[in-house]
Amino acid sequence: MSLKAFHVFFVIVSVLCALGFGAWSVAAYQRTGQGGTLLLGILGFAAAAALVWYGFWFLRKLKGVSFL
Amino acid sequence: MSDTVIPYMVKPHPVTGIPNGKFGIWLFLASEVMLFGALFSSYVLIRTGAPHWPPEGGLSSEILNVPLATLNTGILITSSITMVLAWASCKLGELPKFKLWMGATILLSFGFLIVKYFEYSHKFELGHYPSHDNFYAVYFTLTGLHGVHILGGIVVNSYLLGPGSKLWATDREHFTNRVENAGLYWHFVDLVWIFLFPCLYLL
Repeated sequence: MSLKAFHVFFVIVSVLCALGFGAWSVAAYQRTGQGGTLLLGILGFAAAAALVWYGFWFLRKLKGVSFL
Repeated sequence: MSDTVIPYMVKPHPVTGIPNGKFGIWLFLASEVMLFGALFSSYVLIRTGAPHWPPEGGLSSEILNVPLATLNTGILITSSITMVLAWASCKLGELPKFKLWMGATILLSFGFLIVKYFEYSHKFELGHYPSHDNFYAVYFTLTGLHGVHILGGIVVNSYLLGPGSKLWATDREHFTNRVENAGLYWHFVDLVWIFLFPCLYLL
């Protein structure tokens, strides 16, 4: 597996982590009512969206490089 | 000293289908999976066997600093992106860009360690050492070992940015393979953190 393939896997895991963190933050906000926690959650969802965009950009940029 | 050259450092080995360096780094990462896997298993066993987690009460997210850990997660994800861009620059034959991205990776790595230093300092000020309870023992062991791996990555990446980059002038492909191997290691270390962060700080 090349760094390209491993990076794609890494980005997918990072997106899942960001989504999970966003969900955790929203749940924590509902429990505690702290605005800072909600802000962290919004950041988490925004990071997930940015990572998805980046993942596609990366695949386009390294189109000619093998996954092996 | 003989002038024997290690074979298949650039071209793929006919048996494995990849260069020897890449095969070596994957074997090393397999051993790392076993090391961290054993520690994660210990953590799961200790946690499931405890009547309450953390033992002193409350939630992990109330004891540990979630905003700082979130910042560190962002730093490490960004550093993986800069690392892969450093490798892509080598692939595209752009050494100055490689230096820029690799320099950014090293700076981000130091940023991670500085944030960790503040996190640890605060815990020590409160008298929370690894001997405090199982929660802190697990926390300091896992994050400490991970921090040592970050240090190792800084050493390797600094070598590639400094004296190691001389190889570019004589054998570009070999140098690019070395950067790729360092990148595989770096991604693994970052991936470990992505598992550590929710396990220790959130759940």
